[in-house]
Amino acid sequence: MNEELKVKKIENGIVLDHLPAGKSPDIMKILGVDNQTEETISILMNVSSTRQNKKDIIKIEGKDFEDLVVDKIALLAPGATVNIIKDFNVVEKRKIKIPDVIDVVSCPNPSCITNQREPVKPRLLVEAADPLKVRCYYCERVFNEHDLLEKL
Amino acid sequence: MDIISTRNMSRDFIEDVLEKTKKMEPIAKAKKQVDMLKGKTLATLFFEPSTRTKLSFMAAMNLLGGTVIGFDDPRTSSVKKGETLADTIRVVEGYANAIVIRHPNEGAAALAAKFSEVPIINGGDGSNQHPTQALLDMYTILKEKGKLDGLKVTLAGDLKYGRTVHSLAYALSKFDVSFVFASPPSLRMPRWIVSDLKSSGISIKEIDSIEVKSDVLYLTRIQKERFPDIEEYQRVSSAYILDEETLKELGEETMIMHPLPRVNEISPGVDNDRRAKYFVQSFYGVPTRMALLAMVMADI
Repeated sequence: MNEELKVKKIENGIVLDHLPAGKSPDIMKILGVDNQTEETISILMNVSSTRQNKKDIIKIEGKDFEDLVVDKIALLAPGATVNIIKDFNVVEKRKIKIPDVIDVVSCPNPSCITNQREPVKPRLLVEAADPLKVRCYYCERVFNEHDLLEKL
Repeated sequence: MDIISTRNMSRDFIEDVLEKTKKMEPIAKAKKQVDMLKGKTLATLFFEPSTRTKLSFMAAMNLLGGTVIGFDDPRTSSVKKGETLADTIRVVEGYANAIVIRHPNEGAAALAAKFSEVPIINGGDGSNQHPTQALLDMYTILKEKGKLDGLKVTLAGDLKYGRTVHSLAYALSKFDVSFVFASPPSLRMPRWIVSDLKSSGISIKEIDSIEVKSDVLYLTRIQKERFPDIEEYQRVSSAYILDEETLKELGEETMIMHPLPRVNEISPGVDNDRRAKYFVQSFYGVPTRMALLAMVMADI
């Protein structure tokens, strides 16, 4: 039996699929899921996958694609897909890609000018996606996924 | 045009700056004013102390016939009142044709450039870059060695926080050089810089003591505050001192450089040695900055 069927289908909402195995707790953090969350959420960890060997899946009832901070999710799960569900059917599949410029995470260098109350957004230029390598446009320092995770 | 970082400078651009510096050198030597930048104003915003950089920019602007305004003590400026750098820049650009900025935070010059309509010259941003120092260093090496390719260059001292060595390493990496990075393990060249340099095919050796047989020995100051206690500082820093004794080991043609100020890295007994080039290096700050000012304000 397909492992995904162990969890009930959702009527309207989103399914984050092809997440790297074990990353779903971090992604839940990005999604802002906590004990105040009212939506129905299913998390499947370490599901068998032909493409990835093992993967995680998160299903959220009643959430729209626009609610997601896709660029943040992309940092943890490049290559994941978001399935948009309407009336129990997948109406659209969107692949999550790492953007060329990340502005949703502050520069991990505490002494960078962008962390000093200046009217600018962070500007981390993606030099490589896997493994992730970004360079701050301003302070020129290079960071990896681990450095950025601490800022999520 | 802004002068922010040597990392993105091309070899052609650096060679162009050096060529123009050569043309400025006789004017700087003669200390005779020309009118190339007559009627132009340079603003120098020094949020951190500076002697050489500020004075040589002032001298350079003066020699080209221009005027200098600015501050060198942020405690007496609007910054003290909590003004953002972005606002300071947007105000000052209305008063000047170009701005030189030194700031304690990395990325400050790049941020200034984002908000400024007039050219920004980075006079040092935190531990990141000091590109005009690197260009005058390059000019010094070119003058003394007659070339920039085929050289073995040792950068020694505080390579972690030293912005001059970061800028110089990137600038030299556009040429066919090999590096020796001599530093205490806790003050090694940042990993991302080593990685950037290696990706340009540069050979790098990292060691714990001075390499005395290089073509260029570039010493920098190791600051006491980088170490948890004074004994550790004294033990470590003694390995990066050049005195009459270590001078005996130095290569016959090894030129000695230092961005200055020095504390005890080079003993005064070395000053008269023919290989000591740090004072002439300091002088080249004037023609190099004249060239840069003319390039950004007169489009030469």
